[in-house]
Amino acid sequence: MGGKAPLVTVEGLRVTAGGGRSVIVDDVSFSIARGEVVALIGESGSGKTTIALALMGYARAGCTIAGGRVRVGGVEPIGLAPAALARLRGRTVSYIAQSAAAAFNPAQRIMAQVVENALIHRLRSRAAAEARARALFRALALPDPDGVGALFPHQVSGGQLQRLMAAMALITDPALVILDEPTTALDVTTQIEVLRAFKRVVREQGTTALYVSHDLSVVAQMADRIIVLRDGVVQESAPAAQLLTAPAHPYTRSLLAAAAPAPRQAVALPAGAAPLLRVSGLVAGYGPPDARGLPAVPVLHDIAFSIAPGSVLGVVGESGCGKSTLAQVIAGLLPAARGSITLDGEALAPRAAGRTREQLRRVQIVFQMADMALNPAHSVRRILARPLQFYHGLRDAALARRVAALLDMVRLPQALADRLPAGLSGGQKQRLNLARALAAEPALILCDEVTSALDTVVGAAILDLLAELRRELGVAYLFISHDISTIRALCDQVMILYAGRCVERGGRQVMQMAPMHPYTDLLLSSVPELRPGWLDGMSATHLAEAAGGLTRAAARLACPFQPRCAVRLEDVCDRVPPPVQPLSKGASILCHRGEAELLRAQATAAPLHASAD
Amino acid sequence: MNAGITRLRPATAAGLLIVLFWAAMAAFGPLLAPHADGGVMSAQVFDAASRAAPLGTDYLGRDMLTRILIGARYTVGVAAVATGLASLVGTTLALCAATVGGWTDAVLSRLLDALISLPSLLFALVVVASVGSSIPMLVATAAVIYVPGAYRTVRALAVNIVAMEFVKVARARGEGTLYLMRAEILPNIVLPVLTDFGLRFIYVVLLLSGLSFLGLGIQPPYADWGSLVRENIEGLAYGAPAVIMPALAIATLTIGVNLLVDGLAGRRGGGDGR
Amino acid sequence: MSPLARLLAARLASGVLTLLIVSLLVFLATEMLPGDVAQAVLGQSATPDAVAALRAAMHLDQPGWLRYLLWLRGLLTLDLGRSLVNGLPVASLIGSRLPNSLLLAGLTALVAVPVALLLGITAAVWRGTAYDRVVGVLTVSAVSVPEFLVATLAVLVFAVRLHWLPAMFYGLDLRSPGHMLLVFAMPVATLSFVVVAQIARMTRAALTNVLDSSYIEMAVLKGVRPLRLVLRHALPNALGPIVNAVALSVSFLLGGVIIVETIFNYPGLAKLMVDGVSTRDMPLVQACAMIFCAAYLLLVLLADLLAILANPRLRHP
Repeated sequence: MGGKAPLVTVEGLRVTAGGGRSVIVDDVSFSIARGEVVALIGESGSGKTTIALALMGYARAGCTIAGGRVRVGGVEPIGLAPAALARLRGRTVSYIAQSAAAAFNPAQRIMAQVVENALIHRLRSRAAAEARARALFRALALPDPDGVGALFPHQVSGGQLQRLMAAMALITDPALVILDEPTTALDVTTQIEVLRAFKRVVREQGTTALYVSHDLSVVAQMADRIIVLRDGVVQESAPAAQLLTAPAHPYTRSLLAAAAPAPRQAVALPAGAAPLLRVSGLVAGYGPPDARGLPAVPVLHDIAFSIAPGSVLGVVGESGCGKSTLAQVIAGLLPAARGSITLDGEALAPRAAGRTREQLRRVQIVFQMADMALNPAHSVRRILARPLQFYHGLRDAALARRVAALLDMVRLPQALADRLPAGLSGGQKQRLNLARALAAEPALILCDEVTSALDTVVGAAILDLLAELRRELGVAYLFISHDISTIRALCDQVMILYAGRCVERGGRQVMQMAPMHPYTDLLLSSVPELRPGWLDGMSATHLAEAAGGLTRAAARLACPFQPRCAVRLEDVCDRVPPPVQPLSKGASILCHRGEAELLRAQATAAPLHASAD
Repeated sequence: MNAGITRLRPATAAGLLIVLFWAAMAAFGPLLAPHADGGVMSAQVFDAASRAAPLGTDYLGRDMLTRILIGARYTVGVAAVATGLASLVGTTLALCAATVGGWTDAVLSRLLDALISLPSLLFALVVVASVGSSIPMLVATAAVIYVPGAYRTVRALAVNIVAMEFVKVARARGEGTLYLMRAEILPNIVLPVLTDFGLRFIYVVLLLSGLSFLGLGIQPPYADWGSLVRENIEGLAYGAPAVIMPALAIATLTIGVNLLVDGLAGRRGGGDGR
Repeated sequence: MSPLARLLAARLASGVLTLLIVSLLVFLATEMLPGDVAQAVLGQSATPDAVAALRAAMHLDQPGWLRYLLWLRGLLTLDLGRSLVNGLPVASLIGSRLPNSLLLAGLTALVAVPVALLLGITAAVWRGTAYDRVVGVLTVSAVSVPEFLVATLAVLVFAVRLHWLPAMFYGLDLRSPGHMLLVFAMPVATLSFVVVAQIARMTRAALTNVLDSSYIEMAVLKGVRPLRLVLRHALPNALGPIVNAVALSVSFLLGGVIIVETIFNYPGLAKLMVDGVSTRDMPLVQACAMIFCAAYLLLVLLADLLAILANPRLRHP
C-alpha cells in the first residue's frame, strides 16, 4: 500500500438477516487503496451487494449490520446519524445500481436526476452542474450529450441509461464509486461499450472503485485486485492477474472452470435419418393480425430449420431476437401466422389445443425461471405424477415407481418427493422441471435458457445432466441460450438469430471458422474473455458495430443489422432482402456479401477467436 | 414470534374473536335470548340499561338484547349468503375469463366493469323500487351488485398466475380449461380470494343495513340491525341505547371482519422470505 | 392522431359506452316492476278508458326496446317525464334539489380530500411506526362503520347532550357563514368520516408501493433527505393511483349522501330519490339514478385522464 493510508478499510464486518437468525456476511475484512479498483466476486447469495451497501451505512429491509468497522475516507458510516449519513451518500461514496432502468425515477427528466446529487450536497450551481454533466456524458461516449438530459428515462436505451447513471454517480467527484453488477442486465454487444466507457472514466479521473460482479471475465477487464466471496465469507483476495492465472483457493478454481465450460461428449448420430422436427417459413409475433394475416408486432421472420432425432440444435441471440418466441410457437403456446411445423413428417396444428395427445407428449418444454415453472401449491410428487397420468394413464404402484425412477434420473433425492417447490434450491427446481418433461418420454425437449438464471457452477451441473440424458435416452433438444459458451458446450447444430431473422445456421464449427455472418462475428468477439486486457485489445470495427445497438427503425429494414454492419452495401442492404448463402465451412448465412469478401474483412479486423476447444 | 395463535397480531386476534362471536350468535342467538321474541317485557319504552334489559328497551318496551340476538341471524346470515353467492359467481367467471382470454375475457370484463360503475346503494334502491324487498330478492340484489367487484379482484389475481410458466407448461401438455382453473390457478389464489370475501362481506352488511335503515330493506316482522336502528330512531332525542346498540353491533361485526382480513393480507405479504 | 390523443379518445368512448350500458341496466331494473304502472298511477277506481289513454301517453303499449330508445331520447333532451305521484315534471323536481346535493358533496370534498391526503401521505412516510399503526386501525374502523352510526352518535353528542348543533336541517341561508357552519357541520363531518378513511388508506397503499421501488432506494443512496424523497421522488409517481383513489371514494360518498340526507332531512337529490323509491315513482327514480351514475362516471373518467396525463411514458412517448 506504499505507506499511504487506504481510502476504505473494512474490519470484521458482519451482517445478519431475520433478526439475527441468519448471517449474510461474516467477518469480512479488506481495504481499498486510493485509485485502486477492487472487485467483489461471488455467486448469488454470497453477500457481495450487502457488503457494498454497508460501505454507505445502508442495509436493505430485513438486514442488520451487526458488527465490525467500516472507514471510508475518515468517516465511519455504520451507526452514523441520518443527517451525517445523507452527507456521506452520493457525496463521498456513490452507487451505480444493476438495473438503471429501475433505478431512474420514471417521472423526472434525466438531467434533473443526474445533477440532483451536486445540488443537494450544495457543490455546484445548477448551471455548473449541468455543464459538468454534459462533460461527463461526452466522456462516457453517450450519443447526443447535449440533448439526452432533456429526455425521460423510458426514452433512452438500457446501455445508455447505465452510462447516465455513471454520470449521476461521478458528478460529485466522490472519493469512492460502487458499481453493483452494472452490466449484468445488458446484452454482450451492449456491455462492451458500457465497460469501455466505465474503464476510461475511471482511469482518467483516477477514481477509487468497488466493482461488484458474478462474472470473472468482466471483472478481469476492470479490476486491479479481486476478492472472492462465498456465503458471506472471503475465500481469496489477490491481484487480478495472479488470481486468474494461479488461483490459490479451490473455490476460485471451480469458478474459473465453470466460466469456461468444456464441450460435453458428443454423440454419434445415425447419418441420413429423417428429421424429427422440421420448421419452414415460420412467421410469428404478437398483437392482432393485419389484413395479410401478419401480426401487429412481428417477432420471427421466415425461420426454417430441422432437428434430427437425438441431436441438439442451439439457438443463440440477444434479448428480443425472438428465440423464446420460437420455443413458444413450436410448443403451440403462440400460434404461428405463417409457415409449417412438422413432427415425424406429420404437420402440427398451430395451437396446442389442436394437436393430438401423442404429438403433445413427444414435444416438451422447459423454461428459464425454474421456480415460476413449478406450481407452488403442488408437491414434487404431484408435479411429476400429472404427466404420467395424463399421457401414460399410470396409477397406484406403477405411478409411484415411475416418479421414484424420474427423481433418480435427474439425481434428486427421494426424500424431496413430498416437498413443495419452495423447499427446493434453484438447481433442484430446474432438475424437477427436466424430470417433468422427461415423464412424458418426449422425443424433443425445448430448453429455453434453462441454465441462464442459475449460478455458473449449478448451471454447469445441469448441462452435464442434459448431455447425459441425451446419451442415455436419445432425446433431442432445441437449446435456446444467450450464452455462447453453453451453446458451444452442448450443441451439434447452431442457429444465430438477430431481430427475428436467422442470420447464420450450420454445424457447431460455424462458431469457430471464418468467414461468418458479420453479426455472428460481432457476437462472438463481444463475449468477454478471462484474460485482462481483452477489452483493450478489441478491434475498432467491432467497437463501432457494438456501439450501434438494434433500434426499432432498424428492425424494419431488409437487413436489420445494416446500420451497424462494417461491411454493409449502401442502398442495397437496407432495401433488398439478403439471400441465403451457403458457405464452404458448411453453414448458410443471410447476407449480400460473398464468402471471399467476408473472409478478407474478418481476417483483417478480428483477432482469431481463441475458443476453449 | 412464537408458534401458533400468539403469532397473530393482537388486532388480528381481536378480529378473529369478534367474528367467531357473531357467527355463534347468528347460529344460536335465539336460543340464548333472555326473552321470547316480540314479548313486551316492560311498560317503559326507550328505557336505559337495567338488570332485566342490559341494553335497554325499544319503542314498544321490548328487550333490546333479545332483539339484537335475533336480528344477528338476518344481518350476518343474509349477508353471508349474498356474499357467498357473489364470490362464487365472480370467482368462477374470473377464472374462466383469465384462463380462456380473448373475446370471452374482453366481453365479460367490459360488461362487469359497467356494472361496477353503478354505485351499490343506488343500484339497490332502483331494484327495490321495482321488485320490492323480500329476503330472497335482497340476497339476489346484493349478490348481483358485488359479483363485478369479486370478478375484478379475482381476475387480476388469476391473470398474474396465468402468465406464469407453470400454466404454460400445463397448456403445452394439453390440459383442458377446467383443469387449469381448478388445479393450477385456484390453489394459488385461495388466500387473497378469502380476503376479498371478507371485504365484500363488510360491504354487503353495510349495504343491507343501509337499506334497512332507509326502511327499504328487510321488512317486518323480520328485523335486522339496520331495521332496529330505524324503528328506534325516535329514541335518539332521549339518548336511548335502543338506537345506538344495534348500530354498534354492526360496527363491531364489520370492524372485526376488517381487522381479521387486514391481518391475513398482511401475513401473506410478510411471508416472502426473500 | 398522436398516441396520447388516441388513448384519451378511447377512454372517452369507453366512458360513453359504459354510461349506455348503465342506462340499459337502470331501464331493465325498473322494467322488472310487476303489474301495470298506469293502473297503479290512476288507482283501482279509474275507468278502463283512462287507463288505456295513460298507457298510450306513457308508451306502455310499445315494445320494450322502443320504450328504452324513447326514454334515452328523453334523457338527452332533458325531457324526463312526469312524476307518477304528484304529476310534476321530473326535471323541475330534480332541478330544485340538485344544487343542494352538489353543495353538500362539494363541501365534503373540500374538507375530506386534504385531510385524507395528509393522513395517507404521513402514514406512508412514517410507515411501520406507531403513528402508522394507529392511523391504520382508525381508518380500517372508519370504513367499516355504517354512516348512520356516525350520524346518530354525532346527533346524540352534539345535539341531544351538548345542544351545540341542530339535530335536523332547517333551511339554508347562504349569506350567513355562521349559520352555514352550524347547519353543515354534522352532515359534512359524517360524510367526511368514511371518505377520509377510504382515500387515506388508498393513498398510503399507492405511496408505499412507490416507496418500495428501486429508484427510491437509489435516491436514498444519493443522500436525498426524507421530505424531498417523498415530495419530489415518490409523490409524482403515485399521483395516478391517488387521483383514482379520490375518484373511487366518490362512490362511497354517494352511498353516504343517501343516508346522510335522509337522517338530517336535507333537501337533496338523494332524499328525493329515496322518497321516490318508497312511493315507487319510477320516472323519478330512473332519472335520479342516471344523474348519480353519470356524475360518478364523469369523475372516474376525469381521474383516468389526469392519471394518463401525469404519466411521462404516455406524455413523452
